[in-house]
Amino acid sequence: MMDGKFDDALTGEQKIRNFNINFGPQHPAAHGVLRMVLELDGEVVERADPHIGLLHRGTEKLMESRTYLQNLPYLDRLDYVAPMNQEHAWCLAIEKLTGVEVPRRASLIRVLFCEIGRVLNHLLNVTTQAMDVGALTPPLWGFEEREKLMIFYERACGARLHAAYFRPGGVHQDLTPQLLDDIDAWAEQFPNVLDDIDGLLTENRIFKQRNCDIGVVSEEDIQQWGFSGVMVRGSGLAWDLRRAQPYECYDEFDFRIPVGKNGDCYDRYLCRMEEMRQSTSIIRQAIAKLRAEPGDILARGKVTPPKRDEMKTSMEALIHHFKLYTEGFHVPEGEVYAAVEAPKGEFGVYLVADGTNRPYRAKLRAPGFLHLQAMDHVASGHMLADVAAIIGTMDIVFGEVDR
Amino acid sequence: MNTALKELGAHIAAKRPDCVLSWDVILDELTVLIAPSSLVTFVEFLKTDKTCQFTTLVDITAVDYPEREERFDVVYHFLSMYQNHRIRVKCAVREADMVPSITDLHPSADWFEREVFDMFGILFSGHPDLRRILTDYGFRGHPLRKDFPTTGYTEVRYDEALKRVVYEPVSLVQEYRQFDFMSPWEGADYIIPGDEKADGAKG
Repeated sequence: MMDGKFDDALTGEQKIRNFNINFGPQHPAAHGVLRMVLELDGEVVERADPHIGLLHRGTEKLMESRTYLQNLPYLDRLDYVAPMNQEHAWCLAIEKLTGVEVPRRASLIRVLFCEIGRVLNHLLNVTTQAMDVGALTPPLWGFEEREKLMIFYERACGARLHAAYFRPGGVHQDLTPQLLDDIDAWAEQFPNVLDDIDGLLTENRIFKQRNCDIGVVSEEDIQQWGFSGVMVRGSGLAWDLRRAQPYECYDEFDFRIPVGKNGDCYDRYLCRMEEMRQSTSIIRQAIAKLRAEPGDILARGKVTPPKRDEMKTSMEALIHHFKLYTEGFHVPEGEVYAAVEAPKGEFGVYLVADGTNRPYRAKLRAPGFLHLQAMDHVASGHMLADVAAIIGTMDIVFGEVDR
Repeated sequence: MNTALKELGAHIAAKRPDCVLSWDVILDELTVLIAPSSLVTFVEFLKTDKTCQFTTLVDITAVDYPEREERFDVVYHFLSMYQNHRIRVKCAVREADMVPSITDLHPSADWFEREVFDMFGILFSGHPDLRRILTDYGFRGHPLRKDFPTTGYTEVRYDEALKRVVYEPVSLVQEYRQFDFMSPWEGADYIIPGDEKADGAKG
């Protein structure tokens, strides 16, 4: 009779085991330095384990030994695709603790540049995600427009990327009328560019095949995994902090919140395209308001520098200027959480101040961190090629995930 | 905004008097202080209660106060997209304490708890996979503790002879610059050289 074990009927070659591969850290579709260990059954992803931290710079630790103003540029380096939106959260947190009222013109300029940041981000995301799924032209067209926007950044603050333009109490410098005209002229023609990209992608058969019904996110997933931003709106929830918990002067702008229906990659793409159109409209509204609103762009006081001419003529102003840029300003003791609707989702700053010139603890809450965390949940059961599409549409930038 | 949050705080305190140690609304933000032992039941209450509906976990972090006996504050932020309000839950823990994990209630707590463990060394009981997350493989110490130097203890470089990356104790050409900007006029406690002579003369 047959006795013993039967598994010797299979040769070593016939025994099937799952295959583990490393996705990244150097992979063009990983959007940075993501190492993801994928367990594959054939071409189907069984398990995804993202290893993050390869770009960890210890920002939060560094911030504890610098003054509030010196910390501002660190915020640029988190999500370096839309730097000013991060600065905004930092400024809002400080302004909330110190009780500084931002002048109206500065507030409008902030809205203007936040929306430019949103367009910058979505342009990069939409077009590179298209590249991940096989289209080459959209990034070329998208980067053309990004270039123009970065020149506006440069003309406003002198830096193309790491702006350090939003300051506690306002913005660093005023915009010239010429710059406003140029941004307006850009905003006028930008919908045409969007139409072009639309024409390339929206009804493209391959693009739809790669994105429709991929990475579907349900309302329950959103709650469970703490999604925010487009990841929420793509699934039909009209949740936008600009509308739900208005900050700055967003409540006086007229814009609509696009929502998706199916919660898949394709709907998120459509949301981003529509958000760019809405942002362009906000930009034009902000410019119209700015033209009618001359005035100061900093709340003059303890947290902001004196005017240049005052500093040159008045002894007190000179002392103030010197003290501000060496010692920095002191923030009263307390804790605050300030969140903004960054292009990627809810970006928050949790700030614990102990009354000195340095934050006792600053925690930066990045939307990408939570989105990437859900990778295993969203990507399991999809094909290997879909992983690239999902990472692209989750809009992950490692500057903010790793901090 | 403020009154609605006060009502919410009173509601929570009335429904869960056994959990809530204290609550307050400061700068339009509701903060509730609880004991670590009641964390899981309290978070579950926040999630399921009809007036609260704090279904989204926004953030978990910790703050280190080395001089306190309960050294760390573990801070949770929750958001309700349905009721449109936020809450901050804080609990103070000792260095040796285990904090119950809330990953069963909020799967998104997974990485946040790993990060807090990585950065502060606070252990979470019941966490499925408590590994380091942001720091290097094989990293030692917990960087966001106040007694951890900003420069760290080790540095890496590529060794041409060994053909691999080597870890070495950090060597600084110059001391890490911790500028002291505290104003002597604003109540800072300075020890000026020579002061001890005056004290010695008195005693």
